Amino acid sequence: MTTDAMASPVSKSRKGLMSRALSGTVLPVIVVVLGIIAIWYVAAISMNSTFQRSLDARAEATPSTVEFVVSTLNQERPVLPSPHQVAENLWDTVFNKKITSKRSLVYHAGVTLAPTLLGFLMGTGLGILLATIIVHVLSMEKSLMPWIITSQTIPILAIAPMVILVLDAVGIRGLLPKALISMYLSFFPVTVGMVKGLRSPDKMHLDLLRTYNSSTWQTFWKLRWPSSLPYLFTSMKVAIAISLIGAIVGELPTGAVAGLGARLLSGSYYGQTVLIWSALLMAAFCAAMLVALVGLAENWMRRRMGEKAEAGS
Amino acid sequence: MSETTVAPKTPTLPEEWREPLIWLAILCTLIALFVPLAFLAGDDGVAKPLRTPAGLCVILIAGAVASVRFKGWFGDILLFLSAHVTAGILLFMLPAYTGAAGWGFWLLLAGSWLLAWQVVTRLSDRRLNGYKQTLLDLAIPILFGLWLLLLWEMIVVGAGVPYVLLPPPSQIGARIAESLPLLWADFQQTFLLGVLPGYIIGCGAGFIVAVLVDKVPFLQRGLLPVGNMASALPIIGVAPIMVMWFGFGPSSKIAVVVIMIFFPMLVNTVAGFAAAGNMEKDLMRTYAASYGQTLSKLRLPNAMPFIFNALKINSTLALIGAIVAEFFGSPTVGMGFRISTEFGRLNTDLVWATIAVAALAGSTFYGLIALVERRITFWHPSARG
Repeated sequence: MTTDAMASPVSKSRKGLMSRALSGTVLPVIVVVLGIIAIWYVAAISMNSTFQRSLDARAEATPSTVEFVVSTLNQERPVLPSPHQVAENLWDTVFNKKITSKRSLVYHAGVTLAPTLLGFLMGTGLGILLATIIVHVLSMEKSLMPWIITSQTIPILAIAPMVILVLDAVGIRGLLPKALISMYLSFFPVTVGMVKGLRSPDKMHLDLLRTYNSSTWQTFWKLRWPSSLPYLFTSMKVAIAISLIGAIVGELPTGAVAGLGARLLSGSYYGQTVLIWSALLMAAFCAAMLVALVGLAENWMRRRMGEKAEAGS
Repeated sequence: MSETTVAPKTPTLPEEWREPLIWLAILCTLIALFVPLAFLAGDDGVAKPLRTPAGLCVILIAGAVASVRFKGWFGDILLFLSAHVTAGILLFMLPAYTGAAGWGFWLLLAGSWLLAWQVVTRLSDRRLNGYKQTLLDLAIPILFGLWLLLLWEMIVVGAGVPYVLLPPPSQIGARIAESLPLLWADFQQTFLLGVLPGYIIGCGAGFIVAVLVDKVPFLQRGLLPVGNMASALPIIGVAPIMVMWFGFGPSSKIAVVVIMIFFPMLVNTVAGFAAAGNMEKDLMRTYAASYGQTLSKLRLPNAMPFIFNALKINSTLALIGAIVAEFFGSPTVGMGFRISTEFGRLNTDLVWATIAVAALAGSTFYGLIALVERRITFWHPSARG
């Protein structure tokens, strides 16, 4: 804060490269990420050392400290795989396998992403619809809103596997059940955000439209909808992230057939920790990409609506 | 132009027609008179249609018409009574019509539901003063919830949905009453041993790290984007890893809960600390307030709405984390264990009973935090309504 305030009269060009890097977010983020990786390595060494020691004792080997550390980081089934092992596995399963092959992580990510996106679209649609109804019908707001909030305190994610199996018994299988879980999770932030957004226009503006004798419909399209868009995109970022989580958990009961969730499950069945971590990182990458996509759409929308694109975030 | 301008007249409906739900309900009831209520197997095993009792239709229509005639509380009470007496009689007759309900049954149900909805609409438009409004605001969602349960019961039993797929609420309720000790043991294992310690540790750790990070703006700028991203990650995926590391007991559940809720707490607290305005901070500086004083007197109270936001989000996340972690391995007790094993044995009513307990626990937890929030952040615009 204070450095910004003091540096502001100085022109940008006179600021050193170092101080510019310090005031931005890129360098701090890099430092934090490097710190996390360092902690990860230390944790990997300490958590794997017990097993390594017993291995060495059995082999009657007396490795030097360096050798010992290197071997803890390269076990076949480590308690905590080291970052480079995970990176290697990621590289191997992403780039060295055919996309259609069952060993390709891209294939599994695709299997998970399809229901994520479908569920996200359905959830966003449902959220907008509910919010529109709630804003316009008083009795709906009073009776439905408390239940919408309560619906989220129910750990639905915990029963997602069961919902999938029940739907399977009814004959609904494939993409739709997982998408339904994603929808259930993602409609909530959109509903809450949109109720706020559709109510966000000024009283003055609403009154102005009333003096124009505009219909409810016109007020909706010309005032409420445009002013709710920033709220919509903010809640869509939350919604797409949890809809990915919903799809992953939805894959757990299908008996580890395909998808990132299935990879997690099969990894945990067979003790393939490297597999679990690479699936986790892939999921993290997907989540980041999806949120970034919504962010891009938001920037595009802002520019189209004549607002200056927000820097960063 | 001596004429005074007259506002364009919008065509208005006559008073009685402004409540279309009532007329729709009457229409449903009239049709119900001419279609069978249910198909009951006779002595010869052939299903015979059963006429819809005219008395039921009369109750519904009389209530509807009377409510149009009498405005005010009297009309509302009549409407309420006619809708719920009909629904009550239908519920009473329900066991006899398991899987045999006909169009008359559904139309009567729709009719009484429409009338009940009209009651809700009317109640929503009322303005009372003081505690009466609070009671009314509480009664409306409760009525809505009860109707959801009622419709669930009627549709599942009336249409004969197999109980394995979806048991009716009455059966779930009976199951809860019958297996209370079991459910209590599960609750203890998952909630008291897993969720609560994890919640306290996770929120505490997030808060402490936020306070530490707050002193170093460099770290703060770096941690915020990373933390924001981490909150969006499917962290629940670490559940199998934690079960591998910490075993089947409660400690693995605590670990999952801590990891899941750490980042939301961290991000919200850091954002909350940044929420204090520069003016106020400058004021504290002119008072020569120390770092600790500024923190406790200005920035912490200012951060409270953010912190409570995280506490509320985390209350749900913690429960989810503990239950999902149990899917990957647990002792033979616990809510997640109960859900997965009893579902495997097709005891769906016990599964639903566990879900009901989980929902109750989750809502109560959330509600308690919301109550504390009201007491502490009473000054915030969102609490003042």
